[in-house]
Amino acid sequence: MTLGQGVQFVTFILLAAMMLGSALGVVLLENIVYSAFLLGGVFISMAGMYILLNAGFVAAAQVLVYVGAVNVLILFGIMLVNKRQAFTPMARTWLSQIATGGVCAGLFALLTVAVLNTPWSLSELTPIGEGAIIEIGKHFFSDYLLPFELASVLLLIALIGAIVLARREFIPDVVLGQPEPDALQLPERPRELVSVTPLNDVSES
Amino acid sequence: MQLQYFLTVAAALFCIGIYGLVTSRNVIRVLMSIELMLNAVNLNLMAFSNYLDPVGINGQVFAVFVISIAAAEAAVGLAIVLSIYRNRDTVDMEQFNLLKW
Repeated sequence: MTLGQGVQFVTFILLAAMMLGSALGVVLLENIVYSAFLLGGVFISMAGMYILLNAGFVAAAQVLVYVGAVNVLILFGIMLVNKRQAFTPMARTWLSQIATGGVCAGLFALLTVAVLNTPWSLSELTPIGEGAIIEIGKHFFSDYLLPFELASVLLLIALIGAIVLARREFIPDVVLGQPEPDALQLPERPRELVSVTPLNDVSES
Repeated sequence: MQLQYFLTVAAALFCIGIYGLVTSRNVIRVLMSIELMLNAVNLNLMAFSNYLDPVGINGQVFAVFVISIAAAEAAVGLAIVLSIYRNRDTVDMEQFNLLKW
C-alpha cells in the first residue's frame, strides 16, 4: 500500500465508524429488512479494511461471498419467513438486556486492555502486497492442502444438507368437490393450513 | 497505522455481535449476529497477517477458510430456520423449545 500515513488513518477512521455504526444498526433496529441491508454495509466496510491491510484478494472474496451470497441468502430467508408478528413480551427483558450489555462492555474492556498491554513482536519486513494471491495459491496446494480439500467436502455436505432440511414435504392435493385445473397446479403444495370449507357452506354464507 | 487499532475495532465488533446474539428474539437476527462475530475474527486474522507475518501471510489463508465455513454455516442455518418456521409457525427464539427438557 503506497498511501500516506494520514490518508491511511483517515480511511481507517471512516471505515471503522461505518462498520461499527452499521453493526449497531444490525443489532438494534426494529425492522429486520433494514438490519439485513446494514449487514451489507458492514461487509463492504470490512472489505475496505482488508484492502487497507494489503490483502486485495481476500477483500474481493469478501465482497463476492459475503455481500453477493450470504447477504442475499439472508434477504431471501427474511422474505420466506415474512411473519409480521408482535413478540409476546417477556418478563424482565430490560434486566437481561442490561446484564448482557454489561457483560459485553466488560469483555470489550478486557480485550482492549489485553491488546494494548501485549508486547507484539512486529515484523519489519515489507508486506508482499500484490504477490499475496500467488502466495495464497502456494499455501493452498502445499501445506494447507488437506484443509483445502476438507473445505470443499464440507461445502458439498452443507449444500446437500441445506437442500434436505429446507425441502418441503410432498402433500397430496385435497379434492374439494370439483378438481382444480391441472395447468395451475404445482407439484408441491404449501403446508400452511388453509381454512377448508365445503362448497355448500360457502354458498350459504 | 498500528496493529492495536485494528484489534480494538475487531473487539468492538465481536462484542456487538455477542450482544445481538444474546438479546435478539428474531432468528434471522441471531444468524446476522453470528456473521458479525465471524467477521470480527477475520479482521483479527488479517491484521495479524499484515503486521506479524507480512511475507508468509498464513492469516490470509485462514481468513479464506473462515469465509468458506461462514458461507456453509449461513446456508445450513437458514435451512434449519425455514424448517422450524414451517413446523412451529413462528420466528421467536423464546418459543423454540423443542429440545428443552
